[in-house]
Amino acid sequence: MLYSDKVMDHFAHPRNVGEIPDADGVGTVGNAKCGDIMQMFLKIENDVIVDVKFKTFGCGAAVATSSMATELVKGATIEEALKLTNKAVMEALDGLPPVKVHCSVLAEQAIRAALSDYYRRQGIDPEPIVGKIEELDEHGEEEEE
Amino acid sequence: MEKRFIYADNAATTPLSETALNAMLPWLKEGYGNPSSVYRIARESRIALENARKTVAECLGAKPTEIYFTSGGTEGDNWAIKGALARSRRKGVIISNVEHHAVLHSALAMEKFGFKVTELPVRENGIVSPDDLRAMIDEDTAIVSVMLANNEIGTIQPIAELAAIAHEHGALMHTDAVQAAGHIPIDVKELGVDILTISAHKFHGPKGVGVQYIRSGVRITNLIDGGGHERGRRSGTENVASACGLAAALKEAVDTLPERMPRLTAMRNRLIDGLLKIPYVQLTGDLDKRLPATVSVVINAVEGEGLILTLDELGVCASSGSACTSGSLDPSHVLLAIGLKHEVAHGSLRLTLPDDIDEDGVDYIIWAVATAAERLRAMSPVWDSSAGRPM
Repeated sequence: MLYSDKVMDHFAHPRNVGEIPDADGVGTVGNAKCGDIMQMFLKIENDVIVDVKFKTFGCGAAVATSSMATELVKGATIEEALKLTNKAVMEALDGLPPVKVHCSVLAEQAIRAALSDYYRRQGIDPEPIVGKIEELDEHGEEEEE
Repeated sequence: MEKRFIYADNAATTPLSETALNAMLPWLKEGYGNPSSVYRIARESRIALENARKTVAECLGAKPTEIYFTSGGTEGDNWAIKGALARSRRKGVIISNVEHHAVLHSALAMEKFGFKVTELPVRENGIVSPDDLRAMIDEDTAIVSVMLANNEIGTIQPIAELAAIAHEHGALMHTDAVQAAGHIPIDVKELGVDILTISAHKFHGPKGVGVQYIRSGVRITNLIDGGGHERGRRSGTENVASACGLAAALKEAVDTLPERMPRLTAMRNRLIDGLLKIPYVQLTGDLDKRLPATVSVVINAVEGEGLILTLDELGVCASSGSACTSGSLDPSHVLLAIGLKHEVAHGSLRLTLPDDIDEDGVDYIIWAVATAAERLRAMSPVWDSSAGRPM
């Protein structure tokens, strides 16, 4: 299996690792049984994501996609962050091996889960805005290129 | 710590030894004759091939006429299972549930031809129980196949006892000895097996060549038909250079075993002791009935592929049976067979030591694993860093 240099760089030097203790939204997706768990912390001011941190248990691609997703949404408006797709994460990493595509889906879902939590804390039903956070099917294959 | 490079994945493959390379070179250059031809350079190839066969036979306690050169472990396993079933009137094959895929998938492939595969489970220590075999074998069992040593956790199976039970019921006994050959003593008579499979690149020989031992009088159907090479049982122009490389490597490995085994066992135990000092690390497989250079552990709250990539950055080559390294979402069947939960098996690590490892090298590996685990745990949402334990 061959990872791009960008994936290796983001795995070896992940950006925005950690937690935000007073986060405005926290999302966790994945499960330990499948070997990937991603947790995203968002700090939001005036509809702008001013800070983002992540924690990930998972393979090289899981760490790299988490890291890249945080880079892509940091400084973005909520509206922009909601448009983040797994494809954009993959492209920013110069691609992923086919069996690792589900990691990029998980990264997209982690951002959306954190935004849902943000809305929930505001007393707003997140589903009309963020959409349903789909449970991944066992292999995430429906998302493959 | 000053960065080093340590290749600790010798169960995956080993570097070619100087001795093996030198044994091969003449037959890659001027000695190109086809052993089946009659002129001088062909006769020289034939003599080299038969000498290699004799050397292999001596190393395994077999007769030269019981030794067949193959393309490696996968071919040998396929040949044993499929050849035995195709030849027999019986319909059953019993394999352990920790076999290499070459055995497992060969057996499963025969199900569509009406054969029945039964799996012999290992206990928590990774070893099968002869009593379990006795309970499941019957007069419809054509062949029992249990590996001599496991490729993931290094456990050694009681092959002689299993072979005796197989023979009581008129079944053949095969063992995949790919991980064992050159690492522990092998005597086919003591093991009592009918068929034994080995592969050269696991003991510093070249890739793409192996040996099938088939006991005199045992008949199995050919897997590869053609011009009738290897006394009509395995066709294809003989790979003389590779056969010579295999024989030289095996002899060197067997000759140095009395010195290497105790030394590597001590290094292995030092490594196990050091790794078990890292919090929430657990040994997999039996501590004693284990290959001298194989260490396997699971590291809680760490995922295997991330661990392997981090170790690579620190200069240590290792492997894992986690889902992510296998290209599926399931961890290896071996780790599940010894009763590990999925979430634990994802953190598996296998280290197989090189022959020239010393105490400093072992300590470096321990440092590297501890460093990698710490780094990955710090970014793991399932690890509580302040409490220093899994969540």
